[in-house]
Amino acid sequence: MNFELNEDRTLLSDTLSRFLSDNYQIEKRHGFVMTDDRFSREMWAQFAELGMIGALFTEEFGGFGGQGADLMVVFEALGRNLVVEPFLPTLLAGSALARAGGQENLIEQVIAGEEMIALAHGEPAGRYELSHVETSATKEGDAYTISGNKAVVLGGASATHLVVSARTSGEVDAQDGISLFLVEKSDAVNVRDYGTLDGYPAAEIQLNKASATLLGGEGAGFDILEEAFAKATTAVCAEAFGAMEAAKDLTVEYMHTRKQFGVPIGKFQALNHRMADVLIELEQMRSAVINAAGNLDADRITREREVSACKHLCGTIGRQVAEESIQIHGGMGMTWEYPVGHFAKRIIMIDHLFGDTDHHLERYIELGRAA
Amino acid sequence: MDLAYSQEEESFRNEVRSFLDAKLPARIKTKMKLGKRLTKDDMVEWHAILNEQGWLATNWPSEHGGPGWTAVQKHIFDEECWSAGAPRTVPFGLNMLAPVLMKFGSEEQKAHYLPRILDGTDWWCQGYSEPGSGSDLASLRTSAVRDGDHYIVNGQKTWTTLGHFANWIFCLVRTSTEGKPQEGISFLLIDMDTPGIEVRPIILLEGEHEVNEIFFDNVKVPVGNLVGEENKGWTYAKYLLTHERTGTANVGNSNAALDKLKKIAAEQKKGGKPLSEDPFFAARMAKVEMELNALKTTNLRILAQADAGAAAGPESSMLKVKGTIVRLEINDLARRALGPYALPFSSEALEEGYNEEPVGPDYANPIAAKYFNNRKMPIFAGSNEVQRGIISKTKLGF
Repeated sequence: MNFELNEDRTLLSDTLSRFLSDNYQIEKRHGFVMTDDRFSREMWAQFAELGMIGALFTEEFGGFGGQGADLMVVFEALGRNLVVEPFLPTLLAGSALARAGGQENLIEQVIAGEEMIALAHGEPAGRYELSHVETSATKEGDAYTISGNKAVVLGGASATHLVVSARTSGEVDAQDGISLFLVEKSDAVNVRDYGTLDGYPAAEIQLNKASATLLGGEGAGFDILEEAFAKATTAVCAEAFGAMEAAKDLTVEYMHTRKQFGVPIGKFQALNHRMADVLIELEQMRSAVINAAGNLDADRITREREVSACKHLCGTIGRQVAEESIQIHGGMGMTWEYPVGHFAKRIIMIDHLFGDTDHHLERYIELGRAA
Repeated sequence: MDLAYSQEEESFRNEVRSFLDAKLPARIKTKMKLGKRLTKDDMVEWHAILNEQGWLATNWPSEHGGPGWTAVQKHIFDEECWSAGAPRTVPFGLNMLAPVLMKFGSEEQKAHYLPRILDGTDWWCQGYSEPGSGSDLASLRTSAVRDGDHYIVNGQKTWTTLGHFANWIFCLVRTSTEGKPQEGISFLLIDMDTPGIEVRPIILLEGEHEVNEIFFDNVKVPVGNLVGEENKGWTYAKYLLTHERTGTANVGNSNAALDKLKKIAAEQKKGGKPLSEDPFFAARMAKVEMELNALKTTNLRILAQADAGAAAGPESSMLKVKGTIVRLEINDLARRALGPYALPFSSEALEEGYNEEPVGPDYANPIAAKYFNNRKMPIFAGSNEVQRGIISKTKLGF
């Protein structure tokens, strides 16, 4: 047992952090958010060149990472810099594609930055339930068409290819009967794109008899989705951790410079004891991410419990860090101009991705009973 | 990064398990399981068994008789000991004084005192707090005035845990009133049999005698009992405290307490169903379990980087704060799990030979008392507020 990052991971982390601090200042980021794409295609191409998309995939798919520790260091750096380019959609859809098999060429093109992918799984009435799929697939001869509505699809607008979950059998909430399909954009795919409150591109997607290619066999969807979401949830927790560290650093700096009653406000125990608690909780958060990342290859129950524990703690600790950061900044924390609020928004909105604090608490308990 | 235990670590765990199976006396194990009161003899007996195996001083380097374990091995040992129901080793000599002697003591002091800690000749207690010096420890006033080859010690120490079992006490004493309060403190070793020392019990809120007041009235202490330099004791005192606090992450202890809580919650009924299936109670148990699992990793991460078995100052403070909060949450849940049977309490039933029919479940009697007893945790070894002050000063720069 050890917690050291190996040389490759340290290099990966340093390379990405240096690149971001040179090229991804917050004002630039705000600029990317304001474009039609809501992110920068130029940056995405640079990330591809730097090998950062490849870091999300294992070697057998042409990547050079893909392990929990790789996801951890990449997403922590993305979170520290509030990177809006579609790493998370790529990881989600890419993990599903890799696990389903048969799409090695597409994955290579994704790693090269030539094609973009997203996972269209969640639905308007599904909340956080992974097995909730109303969208249906119909088979005619050897060909499938898909109809249904997909909600809050991250990176859905820019994706050239969508990985879509649809039912080939079973009731709406059944784990059995969920299948995955590859769908290319066409007139049968209606995309309503928007930006999320924290500035990330997402879309509502309507599929009207869209042509689809089956991935990994009928009914194989649930297990593939669960593994893809395990990776993405771990990654988004690492991203949240990076954002929390950044919010904490800004807040500590502010506590040193802001003076009231003739002293830096950090001198007041009412504030500095709360930041001491934030520091302790951030150590716990880092540990939770390590526990999840280090168990992605473990047996299902262990893996999923660690992931749920991590996401639960991410929600509770994240809320503490985000709210304290705003509060300690006082009025400055409430402004658009000062960066801390943007970190707080990202941290809190991550609670709404892939299951919130309560969802994962309940899930952790249920998985414990199944153990 | 690799979270799996290596084959060597797994076989080490098996070795520890077989040792505990063979050597932990059934009598002591039963007392631990039922939350009975441990006697001095119980603790001395367990120390001797561990010492014979070479596993008593787990934090010591091998040159002084420690086993030379890694942080992970120590963690495994701790976890297995708690899960088997072994008593906690008495930390005052082993984990507090010994590291100070190794780092700051003379060769004579090391050669004399360290083996006596191992073989049980000496039982040490801690002379730090005073009635007027708790969180503000540096304001301490117990004085040591040089008189030829001796110091004459006058004053009072308090909250001295198991001082009534001890034959030696390490004391922070004031040797100078010049300059800052921290600059006039010395670290002195005192034989409790010296004339002029009086030990008086302090009974804690749940009725137990665990801590004491110790009075010093013109106590003559040879100058050879000074550790390090005169007036430099504050440095040694802080070094000792980092060792004391590191142990308070309490991971192994909390693990065992959580296992016990789960058993109780599975046995207690609410609305005809196990309490463990009640959504509110299950949620509280799950939350504390998640925090404990994260803490286990935090603890191992910090200790893996630490030198000589203790985390650096602020890291030990972080472990102390979080470790005690988690431990107390488990105590609180155990108390609630019992429902009305948390109420009955018999001090006599904590004795080994007590044979009467228990009131309620046989595990119930000590639970509420333990809840109250453990309220000491966020207070001792520097209150959790003092720890937040240390973190704030050293990590945040305030």
